[in-house]
Amino acid sequence: MDFNYLTTIIFLPVLGAILIAFIPGLSARLIKRIAAIFTLIPLALSVFLFCQFDRSLVVMQFQEKLSWIPAINAHYHLGVDGLSLPLVVLTAFLGFIVVLISWKINLRIREYFAWLLLLEASILGVFCSLDLLLFFIFWEIEVIPMYFLISVWGSGRKEYSAIKYVVYTLFGSAMMLAGILSLYFTTGSLSMIELAEGGLGMVQSIMPAAAIFFLLLTGFAVKLPVVPVHTWLPDAHTDAPTAGSVMLAGALIKMGGYGMIRVCVSIFPQVARDYAPLLVILAVISVLYGAALTLRQTDLKRLIAYSSVSHMGFVLLGVFALGQVSLTGAALQMVSHGLITGLLFAMAGLTIHNVGERDLSKLGGLARQIPIIAVVFSIAGLGGLGMPTTSGFAAEFITFIGSFSSTAFSGMQVCTILAVLGVVLAAGYILWMLQRTFYGPVLEQYNGIKDADGLERVYMSAFIVLIMLVGIYPAIITDIIKLGISPIVGLLGG
Amino acid sequence: MPSQLIWLIFLLPVSSFVIVSFFIRPFVKPESRVAGYITITAISGSLALSLWALAAVMAAPHHQIVVPDISWLVVGDVTIHLGLIMDSLTAVMLVVVTIVSLMVQIYSQGYMHGDPGYHRYYAWMSLFTASMLGVVMADSLLLVFVFWEGVGLCSYLLIGFWFHKPSAANAAKKAFIVTRFGDFGFLAAILLLFAHTRTFDIAELHGLAIAGALAGTTLTWAAIGIFSGAVGKSAQFPLHVWLPDAMEGPTPVSALIHAATMVAAGVFLVARTFPLFAHSVEALTTVAIIGGVTAIFAASMGLVMTDIKRVLAYSTISQLGYMMLGLGVGGVAIGIFHLFNHAFFKALLFLGAGSVNHATGTFDMREMGGLRKFMPWTYATFLIGALSIAGIWPLSGFWSKDEILLHSQTGGPSILFYLAMITVFMTAFYMFRVIFMTFGGEYRGGGSGAHGHPHESSSVMVTPMVVLAVLAVVSGFWNVTGQFGAFMGHGETHSFVHGLFHPFTQTLPWISLILAGLGILLAYAIYSKKWLSAERIGSMFKPLYTLFIRKYWMDELYEGVLVKNALIGGFFAGLQQVDTYGVDGAVNGVANGAIAGGRAIRRAQTGQLQFYGLFIGIGILAIILCVYFFG
Repeated sequence: MDFNYLTTIIFLPVLGAILIAFIPGLSARLIKRIAAIFTLIPLALSVFLFCQFDRSLVVMQFQEKLSWIPAINAHYHLGVDGLSLPLVVLTAFLGFIVVLISWKINLRIREYFAWLLLLEASILGVFCSLDLLLFFIFWEIEVIPMYFLISVWGSGRKEYSAIKYVVYTLFGSAMMLAGILSLYFTTGSLSMIELAEGGLGMVQSIMPAAAIFFLLLTGFAVKLPVVPVHTWLPDAHTDAPTAGSVMLAGALIKMGGYGMIRVCVSIFPQVARDYAPLLVILAVISVLYGAALTLRQTDLKRLIAYSSVSHMGFVLLGVFALGQVSLTGAALQMVSHGLITGLLFAMAGLTIHNVGERDLSKLGGLARQIPIIAVVFSIAGLGGLGMPTTSGFAAEFITFIGSFSSTAFSGMQVCTILAVLGVVLAAGYILWMLQRTFYGPVLEQYNGIKDADGLERVYMSAFIVLIMLVGIYPAIITDIIKLGISPIVGLLGG
Repeated sequence: MPSQLIWLIFLLPVSSFVIVSFFIRPFVKPESRVAGYITITAISGSLALSLWALAAVMAAPHHQIVVPDISWLVVGDVTIHLGLIMDSLTAVMLVVVTIVSLMVQIYSQGYMHGDPGYHRYYAWMSLFTASMLGVVMADSLLLVFVFWEGVGLCSYLLIGFWFHKPSAANAAKKAFIVTRFGDFGFLAAILLLFAHTRTFDIAELHGLAIAGALAGTTLTWAAIGIFSGAVGKSAQFPLHVWLPDAMEGPTPVSALIHAATMVAAGVFLVARTFPLFAHSVEALTTVAIIGGVTAIFAASMGLVMTDIKRVLAYSTISQLGYMMLGLGVGGVAIGIFHLFNHAFFKALLFLGAGSVNHATGTFDMREMGGLRKFMPWTYATFLIGALSIAGIWPLSGFWSKDEILLHSQTGGPSILFYLAMITVFMTAFYMFRVIFMTFGGEYRGGGSGAHGHPHESSSVMVTPMVVLAVLAVVSGFWNVTGQFGAFMGHGETHSFVHGLFHPFTQTLPWISLILAGLGILLAYAIYSKKWLSAERIGSMFKPLYTLFIRKYWMDELYEGVLVKNALIGGFFAGLQQVDTYGVDGAVNGVANGAIAGGRAIRRAQTGQLQFYGLFIGIGILAIILCVYFFG
């Protein structure tokens, strides 16, 4: 590997952001084109890596390692395996799509696109880092662009939501930093690979492993989110601009699930086993509680935001069922949810933008006025309620099969069945939302509203193709994911 | 028969769906009938291939053709294949689905002509048919579930076809959610079976159940879970509430849903997984009881409805109850034979109701009457359908119902036999109530309707009805010789003439024929000759009448009490309060607390050196004291 693919993927958006921010006198058109180019190339490269990935090896690939701060043994160490590569592709995909989604932005364009590119870069960095310090830095950088995106280009109580997001996240990352430091002072290593390979067991720790585990887990749980640390999510998703919501729901909260698998489960397999019952019960609560609250929402975006809480509960379930199949399902669910909820938010944003109304009790009958949006929104909704041939079904089904067959603890089967109820509730809220928005008598005040234009049709189609592709032939992703999952299952001891 | 052609049975309607929805739209005018022609051609192809497959399966050893399967997904130790079953059950179902679907599509050329959603209609009808063919042919529970959900989705789309009507949008949503509630049990059963056997393959599961490796409570729970899926799809009590509302869709859709696709899927599923039920007495008894109870329960509501489609809807639920009862007490051949016959006469009745609606502009039987004069073809075919469903010899309904009654006499709880017999009477009564109210007497409607005088429907609508009427007469003859039973795996064959007149040597057929005759007679007395007044009878049995017309208050119980008040308005609203004021309140509380704390501590920052000096002094003193006392 002579060419540093991962560095290029991560830092091209950064370069784009710098160009946009500092070259004087750029026209709005040029800014958008720069943003598109500097997100399209990383997407192309990540797809290239996806194709080039050696399916016969279960190790990190495309690694880059430089000594960074020798004094504390920190490295600039990047690499991807079967777990992170699909998430990198997903992030690069969404990173490019949100530029297209933002094509109609006309407020402070320069800053907007700079922040958007920086956001993408930091999420990509999190998925590629193999050094805990580097991981943490990328993790923290992400907060800044998100804060500005919500508080400047958002809507509703945007300042409140933005600051809530920052404080919540910082609370989580403070815990995580404490966890990382404890790990470092216990083992002297910051390398995720070394730590996972058993560096921890050999050193006598001043802190019980479970304490470190929970410090780290808190950071990830806030991001995922897990009930009861989820309340930042509805506010942030609802008030963020469309592109921000898509990035948040599509890629950003996946950092939580990814961190749980990569750090918590891999480094502390025994602790994960011990506390699996607790975390699986939290997962079931997240699924059902999230779904119950979703059924109460009257704001289009807030409804989708709460449904994310429910759907990410399936990820938590799959992760702490601690089986090969369940972990694969959880990883697939992250990708699937990124696509489906990404599209849901894109469609919600488009509907709200074109119609000028987001209150479900005031919408209705739009299927006649904006048929294309209605069809695409419905397809995304069907993905959300787990209709077969969409990725939602494939991911949830694999998660359920894995969790139900899991032997992590004796109540696993009951918990899985309870979680399956979340799918029934999903049918309820999704169909209710679609009915309130698109069906019923045509409302005159919405006559003459614009349907999706050319560019919007392009990105809608891209989403739908991927959702159906993964849904009809999930092996295209699971074949890669299992290469990343099997060593972790090995660490779990079967 | 080459396996590619077997796949083609399913792929033809899929391709017509793809062509109609994605490719032809830019090239044809909105009023063009091309979409219909494409769909009809594709389904005709499927029908021809299905008939070929049926012949091939009949000729094949063990009545089964093996079709190679395709590997779909390998995760860990889980390997999932996609494949087809081609056995006698599949072959029969394929023929049923494709014949009924074809007739419905042809009929729709007339019925849906000029509807702005014409293309959309045919696209979804193709997909609906394809999904049902998928359910019938799939060789693994997972694949059945995939198509099963597809059937549910298509029925959602078609029931809500006129989505600008709030009632249609509601009915569609209700159908989807209620059936999904049943699907929850089905999915749980799949998980349970997989956890114990590591397979989704239906043939393997059968083998394990027969060998006894899959037994006991696991098997019972799995069978009951599968049955709960069937209860949802086949609209059995207590998940029957969606089917009467599903009338909101176009009438040909109802014909398809009620005869060959959606509701048939549930009965088919139980038949497909029958070995699992056969090895669990509890599960099999559950099927029989739910079936028997549903049969009479739905029939009771059918007695009082004034909407012609609603009467037919309750009759469908009731007949599906018979099928479940037949499966529970007699086995696959008994239940599926009734499904087979029912498909033709029920499709016929619905198409007849649609024809009547086309002529009168209403579904309310109180505004009909006398249509026999105006619509002789519709009347004749509808009458055949009604006689068949009432179980009159020698029409098809007689043969399959007779077998169900016979077996419920010997198997299952004996109460079910009596319920089934009473239902025979009720069925004949409500069907002939429809006949006399709709076709008998004088025409009562047309006052403000745009139609003026009702007229017979066009030949494109009448022809399918005639074809189905012929089938409703003859389809039962398949088992007069016992050959259907033999094809399905049990029973012996005998000569046609012997079979045809054999029932008259038995007591049971006489009783059921007399009961049906009494039902017809009562309907004649009340609705044709008016010897008895319907209003008087209604007020005499006021509480019962109210119970039936209000549908046992089940809709109010589910939608009002359970969903609106207990869950969404009650428990979920409570959770929302907890979320807003408890969980999020705590977060905001911590934030506010931090701000208040900061404000309080800020007072200490006075900026006066003496003040700081004082506190430094106090601090040093405290340290000295600590060291002195504790050190």
